[in-house]
Amino acid sequence: MNLTNFRFETDAEGVALVTWDMPGRSMNVINNEVVGELGRIVDKIASGEAIKGAVFTSGKDGFAAGADLTMLETAGHEYARRAKAEGKEAAMRAFVDGVRQYPLILRRLETCGKPVAAAINGVCMGGGFELALACHYRIVADLDKARVGLPEIKVGLFPGGGGTQRIARLMPTPEALQMLLKGDHIRPAAARKMGLVHEVAPADQIVALAEAWVKANPSAKAPWDDPTFKLPSGKVFSPQGMMIWPPANAICRRETYDNYPAARAILTSVFEGLQLPMDLGLAVEAKHFANILLSKEAAAMIRSLFLSMGELNKGARRPANVPPTNLRKIGVLGAGLMGAGIGYVSASAGLEVVLIDRDQESADKGKAYSDKIVSSQIAKGRAKTADKEALLARIRATADYSELKGCDLIIEAVFEDRAVKAEATRKAQAVVGPDVVFASNTSTLPISSLAASSLNPERFIGVHFFSPVEKMMLTEIIMGEKTDAKALATAMDYVRAIKKTPIVVNDCRGFYVNRCVGNYMVEAHAMVMEGVPPPMIENAAKMAGMPVGPLALNDEVGIDLSWKILQAAKNDLGANAVDPAQEKLIEAMVVGHGRLGRKNGKGFYDYPANGPKSLWPGLASIVGKQLDPDTLSVKDLKDRYLFTVAIEAARCLFEGIVTDPREADVGSILGFGYAPYTGGAISFIDGMGLKAFVARAKALAAKYGPRFEPGDKLTAMAERGETFYGIYGEKQKAA
Amino acid sequence: MSDAFIYDHVRTPRGRGKPDGSLHTASTLQLAATALRAIKDRNHLDPHEVDDVVMGCVDPVGEAGGDIARMGALAAGFGDTVPGVQINRFCASGLDSVNFAAAQVMSGQHELTIGGGVESMSRVGIGASGGAWPADPSLAIPAYFMPQGVSADLIATKYGFSRDDVDAYAVESQKRAAEAWKEGRFKRSIAPVLDANGLALLDHDEHMRPSTDMQSLASLKPSFVIPGEQGGFDAVAIQAHPEVERIIHVHHAGNSSGIVDGAAAVLLGSREAGAKAGLKPRARVRAFANIGSEPAIMLTGPVDVTKKVLARSGMKMSDIDLFEVNEAFAAVVLRYLQAFDVDPSKVNVNGGAIAMGHPLGATGAMILGTALDELERTGKGAALITLCIGGGMGTATIIERV
Repeated sequence: MNLTNFRFETDAEGVALVTWDMPGRSMNVINNEVVGELGRIVDKIASGEAIKGAVFTSGKDGFAAGADLTMLETAGHEYARRAKAEGKEAAMRAFVDGVRQYPLILRRLETCGKPVAAAINGVCMGGGFELALACHYRIVADLDKARVGLPEIKVGLFPGGGGTQRIARLMPTPEALQMLLKGDHIRPAAARKMGLVHEVAPADQIVALAEAWVKANPSAKAPWDDPTFKLPSGKVFSPQGMMIWPPANAICRRETYDNYPAARAILTSVFEGLQLPMDLGLAVEAKHFANILLSKEAAAMIRSLFLSMGELNKGARRPANVPPTNLRKIGVLGAGLMGAGIGYVSASAGLEVVLIDRDQESADKGKAYSDKIVSSQIAKGRAKTADKEALLARIRATADYSELKGCDLIIEAVFEDRAVKAEATRKAQAVVGPDVVFASNTSTLPISSLAASSLNPERFIGVHFFSPVEKMMLTEIIMGEKTDAKALATAMDYVRAIKKTPIVVNDCRGFYVNRCVGNYMVEAHAMVMEGVPPPMIENAAKMAGMPVGPLALNDEVGIDLSWKILQAAKNDLGANAVDPAQEKLIEAMVVGHGRLGRKNGKGFYDYPANGPKSLWPGLASIVGKQLDPDTLSVKDLKDRYLFTVAIEAARCLFEGIVTDPREADVGSILGFGYAPYTGGAISFIDGMGLKAFVARAKALAAKYGPRFEPGDKLTAMAERGETFYGIYGEKQKAA
Repeated sequence: MSDAFIYDHVRTPRGRGKPDGSLHTASTLQLAATALRAIKDRNHLDPHEVDDVVMGCVDPVGEAGGDIARMGALAAGFGDTVPGVQINRFCASGLDSVNFAAAQVMSGQHELTIGGGVESMSRVGIGASGGAWPADPSLAIPAYFMPQGVSADLIATKYGFSRDDVDAYAVESQKRAAEAWKEGRFKRSIAPVLDANGLALLDHDEHMRPSTDMQSLASLKPSFVIPGEQGGFDAVAIQAHPEVERIIHVHHAGNSSGIVDGAAAVLLGSREAGAKAGLKPRARVRAFANIGSEPAIMLTGPVDVTKKVLARSGMKMSDIDLFEVNEAFAAVVLRYLQAFDVDPSKVNVNGGAIAMGHPLGATGAMILGTALDELERTGKGAALITLCIGGGMGTATIIERV
């Protein structure tokens, strides 16, 4: 057999060893070529008389990463092309046939009449794991890094290679649904317990054990092909099934707000499939999979959460001509909440950290933050005591700036005050000199203005972290007017080292993310003052896809901060820069009622010592009127959030604050959780179409205020039939 | 259009819908046949004159499956010629059966019909017939499926009924039902369920707890906390009605309708058919209506359908002397009172399903009969009967004495 991506060897007893080993790649993935070769391999196993059975394994470090998502993206484009050329129905038939190919090959393997085993030698995900699931026996290597799972849901897809049908026949329905809906990466021992694999064995033995199993089980077949097979949770329409499905549907809505078509399609595929024989169940799964693959949500999520994020993580925006920075030791100025978090993520990445604060006690307190995090990981069995000792040994907490000597990068995270920052900058540069890159973690002060107090503005840059640092995956890298390529490259190398996703933005008040977040909260303030019931303000935001309601978020960042920002905006930009209704609300909250947010236990919410937070009933007295909720449009409320942020994101692109729509999208999702199903704030506009977006924005402006006016540039784009990604793609081609 | 007159109605007593209930040994067929036989015998009906038997049944499976209306008629001795049809509009099935039977007469196609319903909740079990609505993700998720109890708690939360409000309503229902039984107000319409030897299995509504007071109800824990919190339904309720911050669970077994067994039958016909059979009309079906309403909150249908049936009949709330609003949950009735600002002394005057129970497929026909008896007892003219319905619907009927 002429194979490129597999090796096929048959031993003396007729057991074929199929080794998946794609040339020029570090990991196996499923693409069209692989599907084609796999089809031929399965035919050979099924029809080769001398072949008694087969073992599948991999020549890589892991087994397979899953489908090549660029292939899925291409399939979508191919459908669109055909639909135009041959009509929708013909295109859909061809598309579904294409989608069915892989699961049909796997089903042929499963029913070939000969025993087939999978020797899973490491990470085995998505379509790769679906291949293993179609084997009659699965052995996974007992390795620390080995994982199995079906993570498709994370990019708006679901397992379309038989995964929903086999998982739902392997384990009780609630567990199966949970696995499919969460998309977790599962360790070998847990996989064994769940019945996903049959055996866990040392890595160097799995192939031999698989071969032995094949030889010992000549008449193997899948459990569901045995006539006596019974579904693990019984029939769907049974008293047991009626205990399972209603709450499963409710929990799906609770977790997704029904914003993710793939989640509902998983439930539907399992629900329908379990009422059918395996082959028809697979056909139903394929139909739903094709449908989801063509959904706007899947396309947007694949692009932003997989392709764009991957490209940004690999340093898409890094100046190519600067050699890699050899980062060993970094200095962190300020050991408060942000500095302590930065110290922790840096030390976790293996960097030496000098953590400085004004006295030893404060510096020690910052280091204790790392101790606390790792200790809790140890308590949960996710880290070892030795890891903690090694990590803490890398953090030097001190008040002595001279310890910064030899640092490759300084990150300043002191109090948001120009004088304090200037002083810290001066003291640090007195030790490390003017050439070491100096990064400020400011969230509010323009970088160029801070750079003025530096010895070398060219090496001065913003690296804006989000709180809590160890959890938030985004960093916003801010270019000052004079920041040079070396500073940018260093900052990006650092962000890569700590495994966060960078977006590179230009300098302005609020940068990119906080400008968008600001609009999100301002919209909620407007709703409060209009008399929208506060729970509706919060719930509508979550229904729009936001992880945290705007009032809860405002409590987290501090309402006093909103008050400060309002005053600063008034001072700098004039009284017209702020909405008087918003100012009245924030003033009443902060000045009138002393409600500063979570920090003093009194914000838009009350925070009782025991029990969950609840909205402050006194809010109604500030507003004076309450609208009848049954007269309000929930769609309007949701759109107000989605649009106010999207319009601000577009403005940032037009102003050149953000220069790449991928960064605007990924930044909006990772920075504050902007409705991931949209693919981000810019994909939301593109996905809706500029024309529809502009029309809806104008309607919102007429009803709710001029802040929704789309403006000349969006309107012109709509008239020209452009999209943000279209324009960006053209620019890339030209360059 | 012909008028449809009500000539008579009977019902069985309601037995506790559990294995220890007095009607647990009586099959669905026996219950249906008891009501049908009683209406036949006490009106001396010639079975050949009956054109159709329409019976509601909400879980028509097993012994209740396969067209219980025809089987009930056969068992009741109606002979070969009387057909039957079983219908299902969940909790309003019994009232809809009366409406359907009335409509057959009004349309001029039938002369004499029987509407009614049956449910043996102790034997078949609530939810036994399954269905796509709660289970099928392609419907349940977009339609915001919730169990009725969570919907009732949503009504209480949204419209501001406290635990004390719903409990006080329940206490009043028990008080009124006890008083009505004591005064023999149901006596004329009860057909006891007899065993093989003609001995009564049950001759009264055994679900009632006349001694119920606020203290005894206060000890009951709300029933829908676990489905609400762990089953995810509170979140569904909030997404359907986002002005609600959290669901306050107030309903429990003591302020919700009782699970019981029972059957009912109502005899309807044209003026001519009644005269021919030597019967005197007791009331006329003035109008009826059905609506669909928002399915998540589900149980507010009586409000919407009342507006519709009043508009259709050209009547005003003030024209109605008595209301029967099925006590599926206390909040359903409280919402009805709130929406129309109607005098509580006109609503469910002899108690309701909280005290006496709600045999799903039969209740509508039973409370229509209760309303008619009470109109006659008090010499009043018109009554409106309405029920809330699963899936977000409402059915209402207006009857008036002739």
